[in-house]
Amino acid sequence: MRGAPPFQATPAADSNRIAAVPAPFAHTLVVMPAFNEEASVAATVREVTEALPGIEILVVDDGSTDATVAAAQAAGARVASLPFNLGVGGAMRLGFRYALRNGFHNVVQIDADGQHDPADVPSLLNELEGCDLVLGARFAGTGDYEVRGPRRWAMVVLATILSRTSGTRLSDTTSGFRASGPRAVALFARHYPAEYLGDTVESLVIASRAGLTVRQVPVSMRTRAGGVPSHNPLRATAYLARATMALTFAFMRPVSTYRGENP
Amino acid sequence: MTLTSYIFGIVSAALILVVAIELLRRGQLRERHAIWWILAGVLALIAGVFPATLEWAADLIGIVVPTNLVFFVSIAIILLVCLQHSSELTRLEDKARTLAEHVAMLEERVSTLEGGGSPPRPE
Repeated sequence: MRGAPPFQATPAADSNRIAAVPAPFAHTLVVMPAFNEEASVAATVREVTEALPGIEILVVDDGSTDATVAAAQAAGARVASLPFNLGVGGAMRLGFRYALRNGFHNVVQIDADGQHDPADVPSLLNELEGCDLVLGARFAGTGDYEVRGPRRWAMVVLATILSRTSGTRLSDTTSGFRASGPRAVALFARHYPAEYLGDTVESLVIASRAGLTVRQVPVSMRTRAGGVPSHNPLRATAYLARATMALTFAFMRPVSTYRGENP
Repeated sequence: MTLTSYIFGIVSAALILVVAIELLRRGQLRERHAIWWILAGVLALIAGVFPATLEWAADLIGIVVPTNLVFFVSIAIILLVCLQHSSELTRLEDKARTLAEHVAMLEERVSTLEGGGSPPRPE
């Protein structure tokens, strides 16, 4: 069903770049979208390197105006620098294209602000052996992450609809902590929305409608370094409205959109 | 309708056509964008030279005041052109996004080949 199992060591197109890396992370690329994250990106890169020895990290600088690039390079990451800001979705599509072009099979997305615990990555990759896309879910047991009020309701509505679409029970659809297998990488390299909420909500619809299998594993989530999630009811309502719109348009697109040539 | 307003209508319509065709001729307007303006100019010229056609068309649709048909058609054309521009903008943004990705990947590749940018990973 799938192109290649994630942990098998096959000679890749650009094998000289990744040959020295030992299994099991040989064909896995960590993509870290970073927009003005000079304060945390280096520490996050080092933490990932320590927790997952031998893994390759690509920091996608999303048009930062601070020292993000230098900090990430100093910490030992590969850095691809976008000339202007494209948003998380834009940065991630670059990550998927980079992975495809450089012979990586799997892509793990980790936020540069350090809110994701790299110790959870092996469980994501384990789950990925049986499916195409794995979400790290924040409400599935571990950790102390909590959201209340309208924003919470919005997330529940999203989770209900997307669970039905994907045929799996998903509890945290807006999680940016996810692992993509070979089929998902190839699909997302072509179609990864740059719109607000497109990178999380719409990408799930795209994956499901293209016939990819989605699963979730519980992960622990730390409180964000840069403040707490907004509980403003107005903002939460706007969030729900935008999410609904993103969902509606995602379902309205013809499925044939998701087939076609690789870039 | 006075003779002055009759001439004014024809001159206005001709002006649209002249400007659109001149821009097209100089290569400052692509055909697919020019087509709408030329269509608008031709319609305005017909209605200007033969006001009877306007009255006939208004009567056909059931519009009492023929001028209202002029307003309706003008607004409809402008709306369509606006929509076309939004769509064109989306396409351009998409191309800019793809170019940005290519630039970023090439830059990373160049600096790797030069041995400067992405340093060897710490063991």
